[in-house]
Amino acid sequence: MPQIFHPAMNTVARLTVFGAAFGVVGTIVLFYEYSRSPFQTEVNVVREQPVQFSHEHHSGQLGIDCRYCHTTVENGPFANIPPTHTCMSCHSQIWADSPMLKPVRDSLASGEPLRWERVHDLPDFAYFEHGIHIQKGVGCASCHGRVDEMPLTWKAEPLTMEWCLDCHRHPETHLRPRSEIFNMEYSLPEREQNMVGKRLVREYGVQSGYYLTNCTVCHR
Amino acid sequence: MAADANIGREQSGPPVLSPGHSFATITDKISAIVLTRPYQRGWILGFAIAFLLTNVLFVSVAYLFMRGVGIWGVNVPVMWGFAIVNFVWWIGIGHAGTLISAILLLLKQEWRTSINRFAEAMTLFAVACAGMFPLIHLGRWWLFYWLFPYPNTMDLWPQWRSPLVWDAFAVSTYATVSLLFWYMGLIPDVATLRDRARGRLGRYFYGFLAMGWRGSARHWHRYQTAYLLMAALATPLVVSVHTIVSWDFAVAIVPGWHSTIFPPYFVAGAIYSGFAMVLTLIIPLRYFYGLGDFITMRHLENMAKILLATGLLVCYGYLMEAFMAWYGDNRFDRFQILRERPRGDYAPLYWLLIVSNCLVVQALWFPAMRRRVVVLWLISLTVNLGMWLERFVIVVVSLHKDYMPSRWRMYFPTAWDYATLFGSVGLFLALLFLFVRFLPAISMAEMRELVHEAEPVGHGGDSR
Repeated sequence: MPQIFHPAMNTVARLTVFGAAFGVVGTIVLFYEYSRSPFQTEVNVVREQPVQFSHEHHSGQLGIDCRYCHTTVENGPFANIPPTHTCMSCHSQIWADSPMLKPVRDSLASGEPLRWERVHDLPDFAYFEHGIHIQKGVGCASCHGRVDEMPLTWKAEPLTMEWCLDCHRHPETHLRPRSEIFNMEYSLPEREQNMVGKRLVREYGVQSGYYLTNCTVCHR
Repeated sequence: MAADANIGREQSGPPVLSPGHSFATITDKISAIVLTRPYQRGWILGFAIAFLLTNVLFVSVAYLFMRGVGIWGVNVPVMWGFAIVNFVWWIGIGHAGTLISAILLLLKQEWRTSINRFAEAMTLFAVACAGMFPLIHLGRWWLFYWLFPYPNTMDLWPQWRSPLVWDAFAVSTYATVSLLFWYMGLIPDVATLRDRARGRLGRYFYGFLAMGWRGSARHWHRYQTAYLLMAALATPLVVSVHTIVSWDFAVAIVPGWHSTIFPPYFVAGAIYSGFAMVLTLIIPLRYFYGLGDFITMRHLENMAKILLATGLLVCYGYLMEAFMAWYGDNRFDRFQILRERPRGDYAPLYWLLIVSNCLVVQALWFPAMRRRVVVLWLISLTVNLGMWLERFVIVVVSLHKDYMPSRWRMYFPTAWDYATLFGSVGLFLALLFLFVRFLPAISMAEMRELVHEAEPVGHGGDSR
């Protein structure tokens, strides 16, 4: 009886057995890493915008308040993008001829709004009310990162469901007094944060984690 | 069955292997089906029909994926229609394989040897058909993997309190263990086929499957230890899978489902339908391939006895269900089980179920009936039908009249429901046709052991 397979097939067979085990584990690891990578979540990825707007310059260096442009963040369900007129309240006077601002001037002249690319885009099946988060003591930087240090705008957090639930389960670990909402540098050591957080949960009437993780809170 | 502990040795009645067989004749006869027998008109025709039905299944599943579950007859109270009926039916059929291979092996029932390979293959294909239905009945079938715990960005975890999650684990474990068990049993036989195959393609194909089996004493020693271990592992699965399937119903509070009798009665029903399907398939197989020497009257009779025993268990289940409904004094249970089933809208189906599952099988009390192959085959067909009807009665009849009359509605299957059911039968048969043609349907290695045990002829490591 001649041999059908070359002796090297023994090695191939062993490799297959180990390869299958590693393949299964590897696929899971790959999937895990992929779904959390910036490639999928777009964290730290800058989006192409019609105008290269720098939050670092306007908010960080010039110290313009967030609400000067984003007027509805505190009370509205939607954190608005400012209309062209808001830009022009300054740029009709300064840098009025800058070539970088040409799209803004065009927009004002034609009346057609600038088409900003949305950076923080939640899926349509998630119900999100921006105002309530501010009212209950979630600071800008908690979700948007240090916007005052971003020359161009990117996502600081993945906005995955797991990320939302992390705070909805334990709101006390992230809340801050309303007076500190717009303070980009606010931060407390963990122990103190837990103490302050628990007080704020009571004071602002924040619901329990049990309620806040109910499906219908976000999927209505 | 325990009383028949000495079968295969000095028994009265027909033997488990016709006399006059040696190692060589067994191997010749079984391997010839795969290696030397030319394609025959009957096989080609049968496979063609089965393949056509398989395509009916593919078309109906493709259309389902395009249009959604609305193409079926399901409606608001009856949200589980044919898909779940078929699922439970197929998974039940898939129980004979492990019972025969594992439990009867551990109980040293030697008559299992000629039928275990075929029953295991049947199990595997039945589980494949069964596993498909829960997936396609999901409205959003592409999210089926949400049933499994895996690290995801939604931070979601399966609902461990739901039997549907247990079911996903039970069925996938069962499929994996059945596959491994079946494949392990095949290894010495595919090695024989590798050594006997004449074509290059056949040698490669069987050689690849044989994983380097040489039939040395060390191989056999390890193989048999592993095989027994696998049998011990598979044994609890015989009971666990259908128990968990029954919890899909019993854990819910639907009248007609919410009953503690469900697990044992489902397991008995599963073995009942499994053995019925083995008989339905093995009788023609034995006839067309001339395997009467290996699958003797003793096998058929023993299976008939198991059919009768499990059939009586199932009937006891029906009886207890009705008794508890009466004795338990819950008006919804009474309404559902004592009124809706025997006298309601689906009463003809219920009575057909009682006739096919409880009455017809009583013929097997008589040895003369057990020995009539045609009668046995017809009874096995009736039981297959009856067990399908049982699941229909449980699923549809219980759902169609809920607590509130405002939620009462009839269920009528559509053409797509039937296409999916018969298509799955086609898939099952097509796989069996391929199995019989390309793999040994009876375990040659174990049959040779039977010869060896009947008349010791020395030891040999020859894998032929």
